[in-house]
Amino acid sequence: MTNKARLRKTTPDIDRLLPSTTPLQLIAPDGQPGQNPGGLTFPEPDVLVGLHRRMVLGRRFDTQATVLARQGRLAVYPSSRGQDACQVAAVLALRDQDWLFPTYRDSVAVLTRGVDAAETLGLLRGDWHCGYDPYEHRVAPQCTPLATQAVHAVGLAYAATLQARDQVALVLLGDGATSEGDTHEALNLAGVWKAPVVFLVQNNGYAISVPLAKQTAAPTLAAKGVGYGVPSLLVDGNDAAAVYAAVRAGIERAAGSGGPTLIEAITYRVEAHTNADDATRYRADDEIRGWLERDPIARLEAYLRAGQLLDDAAAGRLEAEAEQLAARLRDRMNTDVSADPAELFEHVYARPTAALERQREALLAELEEAAP
Amino acid sequence: MTTVMSRPAASGTAPQAPAPVTMAAALNRALADSLEADERVVVFGEDVGTLGGVFRITDGLAGRFGERRVFDTPIAESGIVGAAIGMAMNGLVPVVEMQFDAFAYPAFEQVTSHLAKLCNRTRGRVALPVVIRVPFGGGIGGVEHHSDSSEAYYTHTPGLRVVTPGTPADAYLLLREAIRCPDPVVFLEPKRRYWSKETAVLTPEGPPIDRAVVRRAGRDVTLIAYGGMVTTALEAAEAAVEENWDVEVVDLRSLSPFDDQTVTESVSRTGRALVVHEAAGFAGYGAEVAARLTEQCFHYLEAPILRVTGLDIPYPPPHLEHLYLPNVDRILDAIARLQWESGDA
Repeated sequence: MTNKARLRKTTPDIDRLLPSTTPLQLIAPDGQPGQNPGGLTFPEPDVLVGLHRRMVLGRRFDTQATVLARQGRLAVYPSSRGQDACQVAAVLALRDQDWLFPTYRDSVAVLTRGVDAAETLGLLRGDWHCGYDPYEHRVAPQCTPLATQAVHAVGLAYAATLQARDQVALVLLGDGATSEGDTHEALNLAGVWKAPVVFLVQNNGYAISVPLAKQTAAPTLAAKGVGYGVPSLLVDGNDAAAVYAAVRAGIERAAGSGGPTLIEAITYRVEAHTNADDATRYRADDEIRGWLERDPIARLEAYLRAGQLLDDAAAGRLEAEAEQLAARLRDRMNTDVSADPAELFEHVYARPTAALERQREALLAELEEAAP
Repeated sequence: MTTVMSRPAASGTAPQAPAPVTMAAALNRALADSLEADERVVVFGEDVGTLGGVFRITDGLAGRFGERRVFDTPIAESGIVGAAIGMAMNGLVPVVEMQFDAFAYPAFEQVTSHLAKLCNRTRGRVALPVVIRVPFGGGIGGVEHHSDSSEAYYTHTPGLRVVTPGTPADAYLLLREAIRCPDPVVFLEPKRRYWSKETAVLTPEGPPIDRAVVRRAGRDVTLIAYGGMVTTALEAAEAAVEENWDVEVVDLRSLSPFDDQTVTESVSRTGRALVVHEAAGFAGYGAEVAARLTEQCFHYLEAPILRVTGLDIPYPPPHLEHLYLPNVDRILDAIARLQWESGDA
């Protein structure tokens, strides 16, 4: 752009980029039609039934994982209870060829993408830093530094564009992660490159103990998108239909060469940060009770029952399926980890260096000597 | 002078006559030939497209290969390296430029926590053939933050390869090797040698990426150097002839992994060793070299292993940097302290 053109340039399309001031909603907390649908497309009934099923299974997985952490079978578990709609709906909105970039709190999302339940918990169990093959279901390793995966997603998505492949990357972030530099760099790069990325910020109110008011002075997190030229949506994150529709819209825009989308989903972390955290030190019980009344599963269930899309028999079968999942997970997690110490040296470089081979031999000799 | 240059040209390419070439030109050729040889290679970073890089290492590449292969980015080092990681996950071979050593620090988390570890984290399922080019070191009269020797930050990170060329021909070879390598490589370019010339044939065939090279054979003492200090060490070796010291110069090339074999073979033969680097001495790369040699060659040593390094101070302003940098005199002084009176030289 010439300098003259820069001087002439005004602010053409801020309105196109801005999110709504209140969260978009397709289904209200009582299961009735939502008050603020915006331009979102209401999902088909079979999609809604699928969302409900996977939320019930995900919730049971999450509850079981919390118990396993208390029993010492997991090193730690950060629950996503309360964020079930985000975890499930965003992932089900993806197409097979798309990629998911999750954080440590997104185990239910990883599970929903199709990763085996025990492999999903590999990182948190402590078997290895990632328990699954990222290429099998196109799920990047769960990232623990909050926002580093966002730039990976932008790179992966832009590589798809450069190679003329139809692939979109979905990045999961939390409200705290929006303060990290990598969120800024990722949104900026994605905007400049028109990379096919959907950023989903699960605003669950807290970054461990720090509430949103201490995290940002922005009017909403979705409002940050305009600064990067990235169109943004603000949605009710406990409304699975709205989250699904919003992510779907982002994927369609990205796949149609329309570039990235930023979505902020307002939700709540019902459990503490992890099983090692004491949430009573920074928030009151009545706050949690208020959010329990906005439970995403109960909301969708009420909608489905009102529309004759779910009955007691189907709900019963689903509950049994969830119990089976939990039982299988318990069985698999209640066995001791059988790790191969020699493997520690295998994936540092494509081929172990001579020095690493010497260290491996030394460790194996040490173990042999120590063996009874 | 080197084994690199005595090798025949790669099969399939026309044999070239040796010609004078700068390190900058050799690096440019290596990038162009890599882009030509492998369509997965992409080159990006700050100012590398239209401008051709602030040191012109990418000069002409965007025009020749197009903006889908060679492109400018926003000023975002963490984003550049992070995006390279994602691109490598999706089938590309990114070669990114950090404009200056100290300006690479915003990318440190992406380099050390992700680039270096993803292969390990995923049990070898995700390979990241990423090259990060970093102009490093001083000696060019740069103002603050333009002259750091940052190698030890990277060599302390398992999973990274860290290499640095000492000559133009090796700059070509090493960069070709780095781009072909399945592991992530931090490629440190000694910017004070960008414009130094060598008469050479540029060839992608030569010692493998992880091997050190004896640049000058000698019997009395081994100078161990890398990057910008290779030339200084060779100058010192020539000056030492007057003192009747026959000095061997080893160019490490690969700082990580370390080529124990070549270096210990040399030091076991000469019995004396001196490590030379620009970086501050305390907890610097030379400490690792000295420790390894002590462990592996102790019974061959006639004297303690000494280091000639930068001072343990923040890198000085341009008018004072000559006081900081190792030079021929300091190397000769150090050689003189290698207990010759009790030795057999």
